[in-house]
Amino acid sequence: MASKLTTSNAAGWAFALPGFGLICLFIVVPFFLAFALSLTNQRLISPNPTEYVGFANYKSLLSLAVITLEPERDEDGEIVRDEDGTPEYPRVRTITRNPDFPEYRGMREWFRWHSGDNARVVVASDVVFMKALVNTLTFALVIAPGQGGLALLLALLINQRLRGINIFRTIYFMPVVVSIVVVSLLWRFIYDGNDGLLNNLLSGLTFGLFEPIDWLGRTDTALGSIIAMSIWQAVGFHMVIWLAGLQTISPTLYEVAQIEGASKWQTFRYVTWPGLRNTAVLVLIVITMQAFALFAQIDVMTNGGPLDSTQTLVFQAVERGYGKQDISGGSTISVVLFLIVLTISLVQRYLTRERS
Amino acid sequence: MADVSLSQVRKSFGSAEVIKGVDIDISDGEFVVFVGPSGCGKSTLLRMIAGLEDITSGTLEIDGRVVNDVQPKDRGIAMVFQTYAIFPHMSVRENVAFGLTIAGVSRDEKERKVNEAARILQMEHLLDRRPSQLSGGQRQRVAIGRAIVRDPAVFLFDEPLSNLDAALRMDMRMEIGKLHNQLGATMIYVTHDQVEAMTLADKIVVLRDGVVQQIGAPMELYHKPANLFVAGFIGSPSMNFMDVEVLEAAGDGVTVKAPALDPVKLHVDEQTYAAHSKAKLGLRPQYLSVPDDASKGTLHGTVALVERLGTETVVNVELTRGGRIVAALSEDKPLDIGSEIALDFDPAKAHLFAEP
Ligand SMILES: Nc1ncnc2c1ncn2[C@@H]1O[C@H](COP(=O)(O)OP(=O)(O)OP(=O)(O)O)[C@@H](O)[C@H]1O
Ligand SMILES: [Mg+2]
Repeated sequence: MASKLTTSNAAGWAFALPGFGLICLFIVVPFFLAFALSLTNQRLISPNPTEYVGFANYKSLLSLAVITLEPERDEDGEIVRDEDGTPEYPRVRTITRNPDFPEYRGMREWFRWHSGDNARVVVASDVVFMKALVNTLTFALVIAPGQGGLALLLALLINQRLRGINIFRTIYFMPVVVSIVVVSLLWRFIYDGNDGLLNNLLSGLTFGLFEPIDWLGRTDTALGSIIAMSIWQAVGFHMVIWLAGLQTISPTLYEVAQIEGASKWQTFRYVTWPGLRNTAVLVLIVITMQAFALFAQIDVMTNGGPLDSTQTLVFQAVERGYGKQDISGGSTISVVLFLIVLTISLVQRYLTRERS
Repeated sequence: MADVSLSQVRKSFGSAEVIKGVDIDISDGEFVVFVGPSGCGKSTLLRMIAGLEDITSGTLEIDGRVVNDVQPKDRGIAMVFQTYAIFPHMSVRENVAFGLTIAGVSRDEKERKVNEAARILQMEHLLDRRPSQLSGGQRQRVAIGRAIVRDPAVFLFDEPLSNLDAALRMDMRMEIGKLHNQLGATMIYVTHDQVEAMTLADKIVVLRDGVVQQIGAPMELYHKPANLFVAGFIGSPSMNFMDVEVLEAAGDGVTVKAPALDPVKLHVDEQTYAAHSKAKLGLRPQYLSVPDDASKGTLHGTVALVERLGTETVVNVELTRGGRIVAALSEDKPLDIGSEIALDFDPAKAHLFAEP
């Protein structure tokens, strides 16, 4: 029935306006604002007027250089060594603070390696950002196959007609409906260094041989602990997506495989996996996106520590923008993050495209 | 090549018995068709022969060997499904070769067998296509090709042509008949379609509610149905039934009468009838005719419905003395609805069934 309301163009726009307006206000505008602000020196609160600074923010975020340090030598030209016999090198700041080398100004050492007697030092103008970048990439790289694979395994186990299978479905899905903040708080207790559940469990299983570890307080275990907990938290969600994919595969195809005498592995390889192609692309992309947005766990559990070993890009963006009131710096990180995620999505879509 | 024999085969799903003690003997190279109303257990029986369903009790022998507990792949069978069940992500060639791939057959042998099957089915030009680029008939051909390369002793078909349109169904029907002649393998075929059953079968098995009603050659079932069910099931339009009373049973014939029918003497063998017992008279629509002289005729009534098919005219007649009857007159006859009509039949071609 065509009334004036449904045929009039203006009425249509009027109905769309509230939703459209909100989308603009909270998604479109901030998106472009981030680009704009990353080119300025905007601060959250500042008496000084905002100035356009070009790509200076990007430069101070992304600048990297390699410095070659020659070992210290005594008057005879012999290399000076300490008690262990390792050569001694001049300190990096003799170069980064040297007016002769303005290009290294303000940079700090990120990491170094040795080639021959020389030490090569990678210096970055923003070491924390670099660590956050590496941590985020590590997180994504581990969690995409880890969480996706585990979720698929659970989905395969659960996709059977057994009595009580719904109980397992519910249990595996439960962490998903609990707020990530609550989950993070809980896992802080589990990982606690003194009397945590995990330490108690491990020492119980090894009859007290296991030395308690402060899981979140050590640079070598903190990120791993957060990865494990994050996999656990969202694996149920992806399990459900896999399950939906599994149920679209026609049972007759499995019967064909059965008649041909296919083994369990062959059935998976020729029937199940090809049938899950589209699901796999979806799961992979969703996990990657979520991985790059890692924030709440860090904020609740480690605050980026210890020694920046759990810094992540989003955490840094928030920390800079609001913690340090450096809106332009936070925006710059957001834009860099956006470009990384965009690139990865495009590459994933290209790699998983339908080949004809 | 192999014969198949079922003895006292039963199948229950939970407490519901679906196959209730079936005995069928199929000899080597025979083409056997299972027919019956929907839900009577045709597919279940076929799947039990394939090994896709367990046999609750009774024995199934293929080639003289009891195979109740033998894996499907070791039974020497191949199955073709109504829904084709071909793999959408594989080319036709890969689909046809699927069983060989699973069995780990060498590339050369695979190539040879696939080409052989493609030649038999005249689909060499389709081998490099994807299933999405095929018509329904071509897809079913691929599924049959996949069955052929297994070189089975017994082919099992579960309504393979039901998803095709009428014209294609006729082509494929002939093709399957040809294939049977060419390969000489035993074939068991489930269908709803009477024409398929009548034209393809060496032997038809009529099932009802998991019980075999009659086993015999198509014409045997048509001319000598063992009971009311078979009589009504085979033939189209279905046989007319009329309640009659036996007046007199002599050695070579029985005289019956009904309200709508004057006493008539039928030739009956085997079955004996007591005088004054009740019975059912079966008249095939095709064997009813309109006598030249309208006053003659054994049945009188008015035309209630006319369907003119060109080659025959199906008339629904409301009998004057109660009851309805359908006649299929073997020529195109324009009849007015409501007009008087007289029908006649040859007592030699009438069937008589004792009341159960
Ligand atoms: N897995 C199952 N569990 C429980 N009951 C089943 C199962 N499979 C089939 N049945 C029942 O068994 C009976 C026979 O089913 P079957 O599929 O063999 O019928 P059919 O003769 O092939 O019918 P159609 O002509 O419609 O294909 C039906 O009543 C059906 O409900
Ligand atoms: Mg069926």
